[in-house]
Amino acid sequence: MTAILSHGISRRAFLTASAALGGGLLLGFPLSGQAASQGVASDLNAFIRVGADNTVTLVLPYVEMGQGAYTSQVQLLAEELELDPARVLYEAAPPDEGRYASPLFGGQITGGSGSLRGAWRTLRAAGAAAREMLVTAAAQRWSVSSESCRVENGQIIHASGRTLTYGEVAAEAALLPVPDAPVVKQRSNYRVVGQSLRRLDTPAKIDGTAKFGIDARPPGVQYAVVASCPVLGGKMKSVDTSAALMMPGVKQVVRLERAVAVVATNTWAAWKGLEVLNMEWDAGANASLTTQQMVDAADAALGRSGIVSTVVGDVDQTEMTATDRYEAVVRLPLLAHAAMEPLNCTVDLRPDRCEVWVGSQVVGRAQKAAADAAGLPLERVAIHNLFLGGGFGRRLETDYVTQAVQVARHVSGPVKVTWSREEDIRQEVFRYHNHSRVTVALGDGGAPASWRHKVVGPNIMSRFLPVYQKDGVDLDVVNAASGPYDIPNILIEYSRNEAPEGLHTGNWRGVGPTRNVFIVESVVDDLAHRAGRDPVEYRRAMMNSADTARPRAALELAVQHAGWDETLPARHGRGAAVFSGFDSHVGMVAEVAVDINGRVSVQKVICAIDAGYVVNPDIVRAQIEGGIIFGLSAVLYGQVTIAGGQVEQSNFDTYPVLRMREAPRIEVHIIDSDEEPGGVGEPGTAGAIAAVANAVFAATGFRALTLPLNPSDLRGV
Amino acid sequence: MTRDFLHAVASLAVLCTVVPGVIALNVVSSTADQTAATDVQQPAHERSVALFLDAARVIESPRCMNCHPATRSPTQGEAMRLHTPPIDAGSEGHGPLGLNCNTCHGSENVSTIGIDIASIPGHPHWMLAPASMSWQGKTPGEICRQIKDLTRNGGRTLEQIHEHMAKDSLVGWAWNPGDGREPAPGSQEAFGILVGEWIATGAACPEG
Amino acid sequence: MLYNLQVNGAVHQADVDGGTPVLWVLRDILGLTGTKFGCGIAMCGACTVHVDGEARRSCVTPIDFVGGAEIRTIETLGEGKVGSALQQAWRELDVVQCGYCQPGQLMSAAALLAANVQPTDADIDAVMSGNICRCGTYGRIRAGIKRAAQILASAGEVAK
Repeated sequence: MTAILSHGISRRAFLTASAALGGGLLLGFPLSGQAASQGVASDLNAFIRVGADNTVTLVLPYVEMGQGAYTSQVQLLAEELELDPARVLYEAAPPDEGRYASPLFGGQITGGSGSLRGAWRTLRAAGAAAREMLVTAAAQRWSVSSESCRVENGQIIHASGRTLTYGEVAAEAALLPVPDAPVVKQRSNYRVVGQSLRRLDTPAKIDGTAKFGIDARPPGVQYAVVASCPVLGGKMKSVDTSAALMMPGVKQVVRLERAVAVVATNTWAAWKGLEVLNMEWDAGANASLTTQQMVDAADAALGRSGIVSTVVGDVDQTEMTATDRYEAVVRLPLLAHAAMEPLNCTVDLRPDRCEVWVGSQVVGRAQKAAADAAGLPLERVAIHNLFLGGGFGRRLETDYVTQAVQVARHVSGPVKVTWSREEDIRQEVFRYHNHSRVTVALGDGGAPASWRHKVVGPNIMSRFLPVYQKDGVDLDVVNAASGPYDIPNILIEYSRNEAPEGLHTGNWRGVGPTRNVFIVESVVDDLAHRAGRDPVEYRRAMMNSADTARPRAALELAVQHAGWDETLPARHGRGAAVFSGFDSHVGMVAEVAVDINGRVSVQKVICAIDAGYVVNPDIVRAQIEGGIIFGLSAVLYGQVTIAGGQVEQSNFDTYPVLRMREAPRIEVHIIDSDEEPGGVGEPGTAGAIAAVANAVFAATGFRALTLPLNPSDLRGV
Repeated sequence: MTRDFLHAVASLAVLCTVVPGVIALNVVSSTADQTAATDVQQPAHERSVALFLDAARVIESPRCMNCHPATRSPTQGEAMRLHTPPIDAGSEGHGPLGLNCNTCHGSENVSTIGIDIASIPGHPHWMLAPASMSWQGKTPGEICRQIKDLTRNGGRTLEQIHEHMAKDSLVGWAWNPGDGREPAPGSQEAFGILVGEWIATGAACPEG
Repeated sequence: MLYNLQVNGAVHQADVDGGTPVLWVLRDILGLTGTKFGCGIAMCGACTVHVDGEARRSCVTPIDFVGGAEIRTIETLGEGKVGSALQQAWRELDVVQCGYCQPGQLMSAAALLAANVQPTDADIDAVMSGNICRCGTYGRIRAGIKRAAQILASAGEVAK
């Protein structure tokens, strides 16, 4: 490899060669039933490659982290190309921020419930353009008009009955100009899109052959484990490596600025070496940091005037004239992502190139991070993006790529860096403390005459996606801050509150709506209670405009399936939530039982979703089911605490997540819609947190305005 | 109870210093001192109760109590919180069908890389005590009467109880509980002596 | 020390410290990466394998404890009728999402069905609560196990 590269082959060839070397990139099944040997392959565009042997390879810009993105992207492309999705090859897009940028985010990002929404815009057009180019090429070969040709099952068919395969005309098609406005198929003609196609990644994920980042094993790989300074932001001071180097299998100890790595012949040997390292740390500024200090700082930010992000009507005036006013302060905790696959990254760094195996939601950024850490130009860094064992926002960060390359700089040959679960939880990029104050001037029937919501949180977008800000406001943090309601006067304010330096904050499944839906829906539920009105009827009365028709329909459907009016036993309760987010509209009803020790058991969750046009209904259902479970973990248990600058939790015993015996029955009802598709990965999480908290109020009379739910608040007598 | 057994217990008892309120387990290895003379003057019943209360410091240690829970699910750790992952006893105390204790618990303790759980405890006979031997939430007196009750102690005679407490290696695990766990007080040998003397003095139980 | 290990019907050699958990022998030495690392303390079940037919968390099972016992991993789960029924059910119901926990889920489910051919919801919950899934596929795992039990039962009927 090195020799070839030093002679300067093209980047494309380099990436192809790397793929062959590392394996795991090519997925799916070739038309011929053999291994991929495309002969001469032609790129019709960034997403479609057709081999002379008629193999069609789809290049998928959105990574697969469980959300079914590979399957739905293949559906979109196969539909426009008139191909059987089972007979195409597909592969993960290489890093290329230009070619593979999400139109939603302007970068190569898989997140924000945006895979399908982004792909819907880009991939149908790409598929249609390629189809038109193939038809044009065939028509030119036959000297007939394009209009006299049609495509069917991977062939171009002329009215005369003559046929050509895609492979036979691909080379000519690739030379044609790309159509400016390719005509996408009418939905009424869809064969593949709109169907619950079985997931393409299932077979490999049930027989152990699926390759995740952690499964990379390039020849000669060594295994490294790391320990970062336990005090967040602290640095390495000194390390005595003598005992570690005596341990069987330990090869070397690598000292980084903020961490130490032990490299060994296997991961366990590396851990045993780490165990006997004598490390001294410089704890730095966070040595006495506590959760209480961060909570106090967020409360202080609530007292400061913020930047106004939304104004509707006149809230000041309404508050002055209102006779009754409601106010609530809501506090959300620090959270970890705790994806099942602990963070890891494998790096083969040579003087002139760097090869990286990883699972990343941001392949382009991973390449950039590796290039920076390696001191190499971007094009000298190849990224093999394998399956992600959960993303949830954690793998939107590249700290673990940077760290692995830093380790690799000291290691000869490839090295895999694996974080322990403890490291994974303690060196998080956390969902930070968000505090909110909602002030409502009450009008007729206790309905909100005005809605003032001051949101306190870090401006993650200033770092993560600067374009997603406006006038200093992180647009995510204020997303969904007033609910899907017709309230005449609205004022949303943002008071920025950053975490102490060294405690990193980032995106967490559901981003803005996961914070704000709980806040808004708790307040609305409380207002209904104060007004002596049914929580659903109260919400419905605020949803009468055209703008609120879709969320209202979702709420109605969920309520109908939930048996909202049926009587429940004592200490059982139902709670509702409704919101719009990620271009989807969700109504949810949770039913809980709270035992006399205050332990909450979620009995069932009914969700209705209008996610616009649905490409794969079963994947939508799965995403909502999973999103709900993720939200239940957060509302029941999710909390990271800090003492002495250190994370107090370390593994699933101290950072519990939902287990099967706690998993409720879940129903997902999809509303038929021809609107543009909405996102589905995150709405379930946002809705579940709010609906469960409201159900707990119905069961116990306790209004939880701080998460997670605390059983000692919910005890019976 | 056989004469030999009683004799053995009596001879062991002199090694043991027992004064109510004084921690006997810690001084077992020292030789008998003068207080033994005053012991004889204590009414046997009171002395027996005191012996049991001393032994109860072992019985009530998390190392023992965690597997003698109030429900059919074990607890864990010094705080005796619910075992994670949650686990049910199953019909035989070995876990539900398909998930035996030894899915996680091997034949001996295993060190881990964990921070809060530095080792996974293990023993060839790792299992949950039967429901009849549930101890958590009970007073020493209640546990004492339960231990003597043939219907709730696995049909063991006092001699067998002594044998179990003094010799059983699963009981002995309490003093060799693996990294990250406080052993039960004293030693199994001392515990066996205490239990033996408690039996020899009439196996009296505390009130309440 | 050199160990001879019975894995998936073949003998493999591994020269490692006796305390090395089977998980790391499988993954790092033998290259059987289907068995996953999730927590290292038997909290999540991602590393579940079968040792002499019973579920075992390989992250806390030192190679020294295994001796000549037969280890089965996800890579050969489909060779047995229980495993193949589970895989069929998993395909029919599209149980997986990210898929990282699924080898462990399937190995636990196979141990359950081997011991209990017609498990109730409560039986399933009792066994499968040892396995964590962060994507939240619990409902489908539950349904998948019942479906597999059904497949096995009808195969049994045919055999009769």
